[in-house]
Amino acid sequence: MKKLLFLLLALPTAAFASGAAIHLDHAPVNPNDQESLQRGARVFVNYCLNCHAASYMRYNRMQDFGLTEPQIKDNLLFAAEKPGETMRVAMKIKDAKAWFGAPPPDLSVIARSRGPDWVYTYLRGFYRDDSRPTGWNNTVFDKVGMPHVLHELQGQMAPVYRTEKTADGHDHQVMERLELTVPGKITLAEYDALVGDLVNYLAWMGEPAKSQRMNIGLAVLLFLSIFYVVAFYLKKEFWKDVH
Amino acid sequence: MQKLLNWIDERFPLTASYKAHLSEYYAPKNFNFWYFFGSLALLVLVIQIVSGIFLTMHYKPDAELAFASVEYIMRDVDYGWLIRYIHSTGASMFFVVVYLHMFRGLIYGSYRQPRELIWIFGVIIYLVLMGEAFMGYLLPWGQMSYWGAQVIINLFAAIPLIGEDLSIWIRGDYVIGDATLNRFFAFHVIALPLVLLGLVVAHLLALHEVGSNNPDGVEIKKLKDPETHLPLDGIPFHPYYTVKDILGVVVFLMVFAAILFFAPEMGGYFLEANNFIPADSLKTPEHIAPVWYFTPYYAILRAVPPILGSQFPGVALMGVAVLIFFALPWLDRSPVKSIRYRGPKFKIALALFVIAFVGLGVLGILPATELYTWIARVLSVVYFAFFLLMPWYTRNDSVKPVPERVTTK
Repeated sequence: MKKLLFLLLALPTAAFASGAAIHLDHAPVNPNDQESLQRGARVFVNYCLNCHAASYMRYNRMQDFGLTEPQIKDNLLFAAEKPGETMRVAMKIKDAKAWFGAPPPDLSVIARSRGPDWVYTYLRGFYRDDSRPTGWNNTVFDKVGMPHVLHELQGQMAPVYRTEKTADGHDHQVMERLELTVPGKITLAEYDALVGDLVNYLAWMGEPAKSQRMNIGLAVLLFLSIFYVVAFYLKKEFWKDVH
Repeated sequence: MQKLLNWIDERFPLTASYKAHLSEYYAPKNFNFWYFFGSLALLVLVIQIVSGIFLTMHYKPDAELAFASVEYIMRDVDYGWLIRYIHSTGASMFFVVVYLHMFRGLIYGSYRQPRELIWIFGVIIYLVLMGEAFMGYLLPWGQMSYWGAQVIINLFAAIPLIGEDLSIWIRGDYVIGDATLNRFFAFHVIALPLVLLGLVVAHLLALHEVGSNNPDGVEIKKLKDPETHLPLDGIPFHPYYTVKDILGVVVFLMVFAAILFFAPEMGGYFLEANNFIPADSLKTPEHIAPVWYFTPYYAILRAVPPILGSQFPGVALMGVAVLIFFALPWLDRSPVKSIRYRGPKFKIALALFVIAFVGLGVLGILPATELYTWIARVLSVVYFAFFLLMPWYTRNDSVKPVPERVTTK
């Protein structure tokens, strides 16, 4: 039995070890950092919410991280009339297909399907590639259809290659890292922090009830622990005449 | 109050049923840890039905609306996220509990004469549960829902002659679409739950007819008190096992709550990341893996090489791997029931079987590389050998003498 339980516990690790080889940077996700979420929401509304919708997300849900309804209405409501509406965009799917090859995906639950680390690495992984129609490529999403929307902030990155020998003795180029060639409006460290806030917001938007869920969970576990003590002595009392 | 009870009892066997199934149902007094999982399975069934009813109030079984309605439940329905996570966690926990419940049957010989029918009802419950889980998994209409269903329904297409037509008949379309979603919804919310409830009643009635087995595999009905005619080693289910099961329920709910509130995706095993992408018939995900509770059978399916270009042998073997559980009561020829008095041959066989089952489960999640496929082939052979060789290794095993009465620590 112990062996079985051990194997069941070891199972996720075994599967994880076989995962893809692409290195992902760790995203600074913290659903309790309200200021980070507010900054992230601003970046999202200003830069993402022109092409990408978040059609399951209502603007007024942002009250959950400390914004008031008038604040949302005055600062974040570009594409909708009322704070109770969902985050939709005006771009038509047909146009999007013509411009980018594929419609930009809805971002409501993108942090749940891709994972925050992937999104964090992706948004910091754009580099110049003149072979692409947009002029941009990405380290974690090869031949991506999306151009580098945040390049004014980050600046332009170019890949640095190193030469490696393959098993049959040929040289081939491996991308080692990205290097800043044209500086942007902010430093790379500031850009990382900005993307960190944005990803934190995307992770929050993937599941707005997450912090409520954890708070309720603590109360439920506390209740069950107390209930366990009661149930334990109840059982003991009833079973004392069974030999 | 007594008068009301009398009035009812003259018209409906209320007191008689209460006595027969609870207060005067005598269960062996030596139940251990493994005996919690029967009542827990019943608990999870109730949890699934109740949470499912509330989900049905908000869910839309329509290919255009299904995915969005699930997100609507997660965001806009009051405590909708809670209802949905209860249901998704409950689905996986159902299989955890049922697998442990079946393992209990294996180690203590609970399927042996006179409990063959209890076992058979149980295996049918397991089959229906697999169908129920499979159809329910399509409903969120995510990429894994869609492509998982695509893979499984295509298995039917591998059946010679009728396969192609059969798979179209099941889908109601040439591809999985709105028609499939609607019929799966109907099966998931009413047809299969009805069957499941009926089978659970049959499972329990059969159990209460012959009485429960126990970790010693001793028949407690053989030794009765000469005056009261009650089993010497039996205690009334209520209150003894009801209060004991409450303890099991509380511990189980703690595990359940820990997953539900702190890791509802369970690292991608209970809710897969790809299922947060709406179903897209034009984009096949790179790696389609069934949910964890189907992976042992999926690994067997993939382990069998196609014969004459047909996948049917793999499909057939996967089916046999599940159906072979029915034969268990007749494959086991040991003079004893419980593992406590069995010899080393059975113990080794069972250990190998557990390794094969869990190993196949792990392999079913991983991509099928050449090495993994070979390991899966070896483990599939072990899986079937456990059943097919059972008549031999159980018959001439060196068993220990079984005591007259149950033993307690």
